[in-house]
Amino acid sequence: MKVLLRNPSREIEVPGPLRVHALLERLDINREAVLVISDGTLVTGDAVLPPEVTVEIRPVISGGAL
Amino acid sequence: MKCRACSRPAVIDIRRHNTAFCQDCFVRHCRDQVERTVHAYDMFGPDDRVLVAVSGGKDSLALWDILLDLGVRADGLYLGLGIGEYSDASGRYARDFASRRGAKLVEVDIPTTFGFDIPTGAPAARRTPCSACGLSKRHLFNQAALDGGYDVVATGHNLDDEAAVLFGNVLRWDLAYLGRQLPVLPADDGFARKVKPLVRLSERETAAYCVLKGIEYIVEECPMAEGNRHLGYKGALNDVEVRSPGSKAAFYFGFLERVAPLVETHATEQRADLHPCPECGSPTVSEVCAFCRLAEKARRNASRGGHPPETDSSTEHR
Ligand code: SF4
Ligand SMILES: [Zn+2]
Ligand SMILES: [Zn+2]
Repeated sequence: MKVLLRNPSREIEVPGPLRVHALLERLDINREAVLVISDGTLVTGDAVLPPEVTVEIRPVISGGAL
Repeated sequence: MKCRACSRPAVIDIRRHNTAFCQDCFVRHCRDQVERTVHAYDMFGPDDRVLVAVSGGKDSLALWDILLDLGVRADGLYLGLGIGEYSDASGRYARDFASRRGAKLVEVDIPTTFGFDIPTGAPAARRTPCSACGLSKRHLFNQAALDGGYDVVATGHNLDDEAAVLFGNVLRWDLAYLGRQLPVLPADDGFARKVKPLVRLSERETAAYCVLKGIEYIVEECPMAEGNRHLGYKGALNDVEVRSPGSKAAFYFGFLERVAPLVETHATEQRADLHPCPECGSPTVSEVCAFCRLAEKARRNASRGGHPPETDSSTEHR
């Protein structure tokens, strides 16, 4: 599957099928810090991502003075 | 995974509540959390006019959207910080949202109004960009609320923001800051009431809310945030959260319930010698207020070879 990452924006290829949790673990990404969007919709951690899908891993952490 | 409320397929799981929601139930969950927070802390009533501090990011747009859906009389205020393409893009998201919802957006552009921008002004005043930016935001939001006759300023601080700030304040045992770290700061001479209606929602929830409601927001991080202390604290807290869901909420709400009442007095002591700033009229403990000093130093630097923009007043968008 195609995986879009941000900050900086880049695209990587990960073999599927794979559960969302497993994908995040493989990429060493904290699941509290991202949303996973597959084919334009949000997916939960237990969802299985098929091999042909495009997945965006969108960070949700913003910084700055509060 | 199924929605806990209606059993349709879930689109988001929230581990600290041990639950999952479909799109409709999640949107309702967010709205309920905000409504509950507004009531619990008596943030504002049905007749109050609310000024929402809008950055073009997920939190402030989610907040504005929810308040409008709840029927609150909420206008937006966007501050142009002069941070290059980041500011241009975030301003566009704020304006697009306002026009799609038919809501009123007030704009104040720091470069054209005050003659400096955050990236060059901050070092001239020997501040980090986020410190200069935060100071400007607090000052200008307050000013705009008082000038515009608003009863309250609402900001999009979420649970992660508050937990990270709390973590920083606890690391330094900064009692004055801890005493002020509340979801509501009451109005005072020269200060509008300030409220944080999103403190029950995590960042992941506010981002998901925007995605599910089709609200476009600036996903890119502000280029000035790099290496910012709060980002480090958020990462540390998320490492704890992932192993023990609910930790961030327990940390923050435990503070509000059990510690905040004990440190309240430390915040009020600082306000004892307030007088109006001779330049802008804002209450301050120093001779000239911190914002006017920042603007003065930043402008002096700009006239020495930076880029001094022209002075203009704020504009309004519909
Ligand atoms: S990251 Fe810092 S400089 Fe950028 S908008 Fe936030 S507070 Fe301002
Ligand atoms: Zn549902
Ligand atoms: Zn002043």
